[in-house]
Amino acid sequence: MKYHADEKGYYGEFGGAFIPEMLYPNTEELRQNYIRIMEEPLFKKEFDQLLKDYVGRPTPLYFAERLSKKYNTKIYLKREDLCHTGAHKVNNTIGQILMAKKLGKNRIIAETGAGQHGVATATVCALMGIECVVYMGEIDIARQAPNVARMKMLGAEVRPALSGSRTLKDATNEAIRDWINNPVDTHYIIGSVVGPHPYPDMVARFQSVISEEIKWQLKEKEGVENPDFVVACVGGGSNAAGAYYHYLDNPEVGIIAVEAAGKGIDSGESAATSALGKVGIIHGSKTLLMQTQDGQITEPYSISAGLDYPGVGPMHAHLFRSGRGEFISITDDEAMKAGLLLSKLEGIIPAIESSHAFAILEYKKFRPDDIVVINLSGRGDKDLDTYINYFEL
Amino acid sequence: MNRINQKIKEGKKILSIYFTAGYPELNDTVRILEELEKNGVDLIEIGLPFSDPLADGPTIQESSTAALKKGMHTELLFEQLKDIRKSVSIPLIIMGYFNPVFQYGVEAFCKKCHEIGIDGLILPDLPLDVYQSEYEVIFKKYGLINVFLITPQTSDERIKQIDDASNGFIYMVSSASTTGTTKGFGEEQQHYFDRISAMKLKNPQIVGFGINNAETFKQATRSAAGAIIGSAFIKHLTSHGVDAISKFVKSIR
Ligand SMILES: Cc1ncc(COP(=O)(O)O)c(C=O)c1O
Repeated sequence: MKYHADEKGYYGEFGGAFIPEMLYPNTEELRQNYIRIMEEPLFKKEFDQLLKDYVGRPTPLYFAERLSKKYNTKIYLKREDLCHTGAHKVNNTIGQILMAKKLGKNRIIAETGAGQHGVATATVCALMGIECVVYMGEIDIARQAPNVARMKMLGAEVRPALSGSRTLKDATNEAIRDWINNPVDTHYIIGSVVGPHPYPDMVARFQSVISEEIKWQLKEKEGVENPDFVVACVGGGSNAAGAYYHYLDNPEVGIIAVEAAGKGIDSGESAATSALGKVGIIHGSKTLLMQTQDGQITEPYSISAGLDYPGVGPMHAHLFRSGRGEFISITDDEAMKAGLLLSKLEGIIPAIESSHAFAILEYKKFRPDDIVVINLSGRGDKDLDTYINYFEL
Repeated sequence: MNRINQKIKEGKKILSIYFTAGYPELNDTVRILEELEKNGVDLIEIGLPFSDPLADGPTIQESSTAALKKGMHTELLFEQLKDIRKSVSIPLIIMGYFNPVFQYGVEAFCKKCHEIGIDGLILPDLPLDVYQSEYEVIFKKYGLINVFLITPQTSDERIKQIDDASNGFIYMVSSASTTGTTKGFGEEQQHYFDRISAMKLKNPQIVGFGINNAETFKQATRSAAGAIIGSAFIKHLTSHGVDAISKFVKSIR
């Protein structure tokens, strides 16, 4: 069994490029060039340099002693929360802005839900002096005011998505429509391992720096490259794809994917795609997605805006279907509690997305000598309001 | 012979109208079809509404959302259309996005279309290679014509591939845009229309996107076999209702 994309962008039965013909020239240009460009020594050098000097990589692999003691196992945290802009998202936007430049594009569009990917995109556009338009659902604009302000400070134009449910899924639709209307000069920086081929594979490759670092960092600390388990939350699945990437074909490393159950899988307000989804097409990719019997895409719900997506990337659909990954869903309440616990035990306030990954420690028993790496995808600053309201701080 | 091929053979410039099933009212479908035929429209695209219509501008998005809210769904559309061939004889195409068809089951969907007397499908997000490797045999089995899109950005090489894979007409998207643009046709479009015309494709072309009045219809059909009007018709339905369909069609030709 293979877990990486094949040349047509399929992970098992999932993936591909189910796009209207209007998008064909753009995605085809990208498909024909992305691997070649990424492998150019000059591109690599520039990418690595920016990750080091601008993003602050390598991010630490931190042995969480008190957390390990509480759960009687060895827990390491991969500190993506220490990246510039506060989450792993910037690994991808750095890569894609360099890609866009190579392709001669002079205008960037992006979608955002919570605003993390929007901020990471606006940041790299400021860095490169390139025009940036970020689509964001009208409802998300209202509930994520600080990130909207950040994007504006960074010089980006934030355009409200007024269609459909006016959240992430619709922001993505609007970005795709913009690309249809601007097929020549514009590059679309997708924020996760979703969308038509080659996006899932390209974004996974840019994020793969996470597991590349885990390997040598773990070697330094434990004398082995392979943990027993890698744990990550999955919205679209980009931080997870990066954390799993170099372990996918190594069956000794257990892969645990954590989805948002929202108010409970059967509550009607959930984003647990592996439990609730069926195979279908969303945003140009054949994958698992939440939909009605009739094939209309349904609205997900999670307390964490970054996990509030009705699909998962095709890599994750394949990991789920093939049994390679273990999928666990965590409710709002469980995640919030885990976030508070990490704050108290380790002095780290996680993004609520990441809190979902920590919540599994209550349910999944590890052995005392297991090495468990949890990808701490982002920091909690952006979520302070939600934490304040939830815990009445 | 499929009604689409027959209609094209008649040689007259084709006026095709798109509307969203279930809009303005859930049960308007049959009446709209009958009115369109009565007023001399040559071909109709019945839009199966989808929650996330990527290639559509605000007008068709809103009509789709409204139709879904009123309760339109695939089985209901088939139910509404079950006796349509008793009253309507012009070619009928169902246009929609792939996911609802995929969920219904591609074979079951095609079979149902065949039973009703639907002549073809337009599924913009079903790519050429997937159609050919997985679904072409099913479409053929049920006598359905699959219509592909080309745009001003489509390369000559790909246009030839699409021409080879087509057996009805090619849907020629007028400009790089979603549906409902009102930019009008300039030099760029004329150049594109001429380029395609000079390619001498085996399939006729019908132009869509951005056709909203007699003038754009005339421009589009100068070299192409016909033109498709969608958003402009839906806007007309929104403000003047089903009763005024005749007025709309007469304003075009
Ligand atoms: C901190 C953090 N983690 C995770 C996610 C979810 O995205 P993905 O599943 O692509 O990693 C987001 C998205 O906004 C995020 O901000």
